[in-house]
Amino acid sequence: MAHRPLSPHVFIYRFAYTMALSILHRATGMLLSLGIVMLVAFLLSAAGGGDSYERFAHFAGYLPVRIFIAGCIVAFCYHLSNGVRHLFWDLSWGMERAQARRSGAIVVVVTVIASALLLWVFFARHGVAP
Amino acid sequence: MSDPARALSAVLGRGSAHEGAHHWRAQRLTAVALLLLGPWFAISMARLPDFSYGSVHGFLSGLCNSALLCLLAACLCWHSQLGVQVVIEDYVKGALRMAALIVSAFLHVLLAVLAVLAVLRVAFTAH
Repeated sequence: MAHRPLSPHVFIYRFAYTMALSILHRATGMLLSLGIVMLVAFLLSAAGGGDSYERFAHFAGYLPVRIFIAGCIVAFCYHLSNGVRHLFWDLSWGMERAQARRSGAIVVVVTVIASALLLWVFFARHGVAP
Repeated sequence: MSDPARALSAVLGRGSAHEGAHHWRAQRLTAVALLLLGPWFAISMARLPDFSYGSVHGFLSGLCNSALLCLLAACLCWHSQLGVQVVIEDYVKGALRMAALIVSAFLHVLLAVLAVLAVLRVAFTAH
């Protein structure tokens, strides 16, 4: 890499919660990439017949795995709703600071409601995760 | 200018490797597809009576469901690969970078193939 002038360092900025939302988009994206492995394991186990599916269900019952699945569900809700925000930005809509703050707050509310619903259905109503 | 990817490229005024616009467009395209397929999958799973083998297998063996699941797997893996690529390019330096990019690409293709094969296997063994 050539010695180019560095853009202003990240940490000189006063913290705004929209920054946290921005880095969270990347973090949840990475978590969801790992989640694809779990999804593929789920599909493969179902394709392998009843016994292999039971083995997967047993594996998914372990606490760390359940926490991972729960994390993926929350990350899915966040990444999806914040992704909508990004798509609107791509259309140059809502880029003013006040608008970005408001849409960020909406994303947080939608994430909380949607993930609470999904977590309740998956863990409480359906018993254990798959 | 009607094409946002080209407009962005012009505004940034940077020399191009002629890959950025394609990456940008593919990321948005898969994002829009996942905006439909993601909630469809989440709601479908939530609507199952339980996660027993019978319920899950019954869901997977529907023709429409297996078609949408193949699309979901392809879009997920493609979108994920594009995202992981950006993260690697931002944080991994030196010789490791190319290796990480190649490993990521291979793994994502492998995951997509496995997912589609699993879905097809259920589809073709269903009665």
